[in-house]
Amino acid sequence: MEQHRPPDPAIELKGISKAFGSVQANKGIDLRVMPGTIHGIIGENGAGKSTLMSILYGFYKADAGEVFIHGQRTRIPDSQAAIRAGIGMVFQHFKLVQNFTVLENVILGAEDGRRLRPELFRARGALKRLAEDYELIVDPDAKIEDLGVGMQQRVEILKALYRQADILILDEPTGVLTPAEADHLFRILDNLRAEGKTILLITHKLREIMAITDTVSVMRRGEMTATVNTAETSPEHLAELMVGRKVLLRVDKPLATPGKTVLEVEDLRVTDSAGVARLKGISLNVRAGEILGIAGVAGNGQSHLLEVLGGIRPATGTVRVNGAPIDLSGRCSDGQSRRARGVAHVPEDRQREGLIMEFAAWENMAFGYHHAPAYQKNALLMDNAAIRADTVTKMGHFDIRPPNPNLAARNFSGGNQQKLVLAREIEQHPDLLVVGQPTRGVDIGAIEFIHQRIVALRDAGKAVLLVSVELEEILSLSDRVAVMFDGRIMGERQAAQTDEKELGLLMAGMHGGAD
Amino acid sequence: MDVIPRWADVILIPLFSLVLAALLSAGVILAIGEDPVAAVKMMVNGALGSTYGWGYTLYYATNFVFTGLAVAVAFHARLFNIGGEGQATLGGLGVALVCLDLPWPHWILALPAAMAAAGLFGAVWAAIPAWLQARRGSHIVITTIMFNFIGAALLNYLLVNVMRPDGAMDPATRKFPPGTHLPTLHDILGLVGVPFSKAAPANISFLIALGACVLVWALIWRTRLGFQIRALGHSEPAAVYAGIRPVRIVMLTMLISGALAGCMAINNVMGEAERLVLNSVEGAGFIGIAVALMGRNHPFGVLLAAILFGFLYQGGAELALWTNIPRELIVVIQALVILFTGALDNMVRIPLERIFLTLRKRGA
Repeated sequence: MEQHRPPDPAIELKGISKAFGSVQANKGIDLRVMPGTIHGIIGENGAGKSTLMSILYGFYKADAGEVFIHGQRTRIPDSQAAIRAGIGMVFQHFKLVQNFTVLENVILGAEDGRRLRPELFRARGALKRLAEDYELIVDPDAKIEDLGVGMQQRVEILKALYRQADILILDEPTGVLTPAEADHLFRILDNLRAEGKTILLITHKLREIMAITDTVSVMRRGEMTATVNTAETSPEHLAELMVGRKVLLRVDKPLATPGKTVLEVEDLRVTDSAGVARLKGISLNVRAGEILGIAGVAGNGQSHLLEVLGGIRPATGTVRVNGAPIDLSGRCSDGQSRRARGVAHVPEDRQREGLIMEFAAWENMAFGYHHAPAYQKNALLMDNAAIRADTVTKMGHFDIRPPNPNLAARNFSGGNQQKLVLAREIEQHPDLLVVGQPTRGVDIGAIEFIHQRIVALRDAGKAVLLVSVELEEILSLSDRVAVMFDGRIMGERQAAQTDEKELGLLMAGMHGGAD
Repeated sequence: MDVIPRWADVILIPLFSLVLAALLSAGVILAIGEDPVAAVKMMVNGALGSTYGWGYTLYYATNFVFTGLAVAVAFHARLFNIGGEGQATLGGLGVALVCLDLPWPHWILALPAAMAAAGLFGAVWAAIPAWLQARRGSHIVITTIMFNFIGAALLNYLLVNVMRPDGAMDPATRKFPPGTHLPTLHDILGLVGVPFSKAAPANISFLIALGACVLVWALIWRTRLGFQIRALGHSEPAAVYAGIRPVRIVMLTMLISGALAGCMAINNVMGEAERLVLNSVEGAGFIGIAVALMGRNHPFGVLLAAILFGFLYQGGAELALWTNIPRELIVVIQALVILFTGALDNMVRIPLERIFLTLRKRGA
């Protein structure tokens, strides 16, 4: 019988190691990805996925190990070399020039010769062919700033393909997409695979891994812990591999028993400094003992809603907390006045807003509550010892590791940073918790814990307003769900009586049947 | 975890930087045909070898403590106040107004009033750039530097046209009355029987500078205002989230910073010159930047750095007086110290981090 030699893997990594200071980000990573397949890489935040991809794309130099592309030992000192080797990368945060057209962005950096026109002509033809082959349909003359995120992502993919990439790396590609846009992306990836392209998909969403990949590798603490065929595994099994123990993927929560209305919002409007209307008449209410989830694709006004409720941004309209109106003018209302009214706010971005990264944990525990009487020694001085003691207690309640109140916030992992913020806000026993993206960039183990705490606050009879771009999170935590699109609320549903498909339509701005 | 232990960060790095600066300075002295060892001996002798030398070293150090603290306080809010020169100039005006026109019976009464005036004038001079920064976004580096020139011009005008006694040739005020003369270290130490040079200008302001270090330390690390200043300095979006009002904090920080710089005038104007002259600040406002940089914006570090620069000033003056080493070279040496301790921090830090990493790996 004739021995058929299997093809060389499109990517083969042997013993890749990389350390940053004393942190070993990658430890002896081996990886084989066969051509014409979609290979998923999952892992918690800080597991080393991004470092590995950065090495593959020439941003970092590995301390040890070898890279083979189609069987050829390849050195990738910079991204130009990666492009020459046929590797294309689609970043989580797009790298597009906002006021250039699609066509100009595609040729940017790949211009040939002195004159632009022939290259633009050539690119136009190439884009047309790519659009036909892969359903990658984008108007080549549209300006980037006029395109939605889904379209912008297609431009990123087109850029890579125009540079003859046959290995495509996508870093968390669905984070900013509606479910429908994500489905479209998956169809594109499917077409690319059919044409023999190799795709590396980095994600933390187990559902996507199950839906689209052929094989999947799991990373944990800098090591590649397992590589399995997707068909032979399950989400529960993958989650266990990622975390190293069994994980509850669904929140078990008792039925809500809503009490009196805590938060009433009427006709809330916000116009930003550029004169763009961001909130166009939001009305909603949250009752004690229930969680209202606000679903929506990022950038549809949820952040502005959070900022208004947290006292960061002025607005017009009416907001009442426990029946009493609060000042929205921005003159004598700020985060302090909100806290005094029993409103706690967990901001969307813990590193930018929620924490001072250079402050120690104990200083962060007093952050925003630095006027609290319990934290003062006398009229002049703060009681640092009392704050430290309080921090130790709260770190225990929230299982924050390491339980060292003197450690700077930046030295905690993402999950523990988020727990610091949540511990600070929840342990103030607010009447209303306004929380944005509570588990963004947080590992699965911590997600489970954070969800339990939010539900526990609800069960203690407090009102919770939850904003998240993760539909799964919205559906599993909320009692009611409101969907925001373009600064408006498109509809409200009972969480138990809706599904991702219906919410997805609302998120895309389509009224889904009867309201 | 931090790569370098804290003690190494605050002691080893400045020390290595100083050694490097000293070596390079020695090379420069060699290059102009002088003996660096003899030069060092002369500097140490001149600045620290007698109570007279100490008296000058501490006098300069007092100036630098005030201006260094001013820079340090502002820097905790990430405001780069390089207007210490102008603020100290205006502080001098405040001291002169208080001392000249009121019949002070005793310095104990005059000093608090002079300090209040010096602080107020310095604060006002910082308030305008602060307001422009907080409300209008005009960069504080540009505006404070411009206010240095405006302050100098204003004082020039006042001294020449308004405050100069009739018939005097010198653009300066008349002498302050005796009721405002501050006790020198000679007077103070004499009380406890310690002999100290009578001619040296160091005075009670040095003790006040020490007190200011303690107060600034408490302000930054023990009070709510300090907490808010540091929070704003690290992250404005986070500060706004926490309900801290940036405009308010920027204003308060700059007022405190300006007041500290202004208070320098009790040392140089009230304590030493006992009248207001042109350019009384003599660059101490700018040295304050180097002092704060080297002192890592910590009051204790500022104190040590101020004494070091006081030593360089006094030792340098001796060097220029007794050797062929020109005065300009003293400036070169001071510049080298600033360069190595401030600007080239990473040159020492990165190799040191490597050493500590290897040590730790071996230890682990």
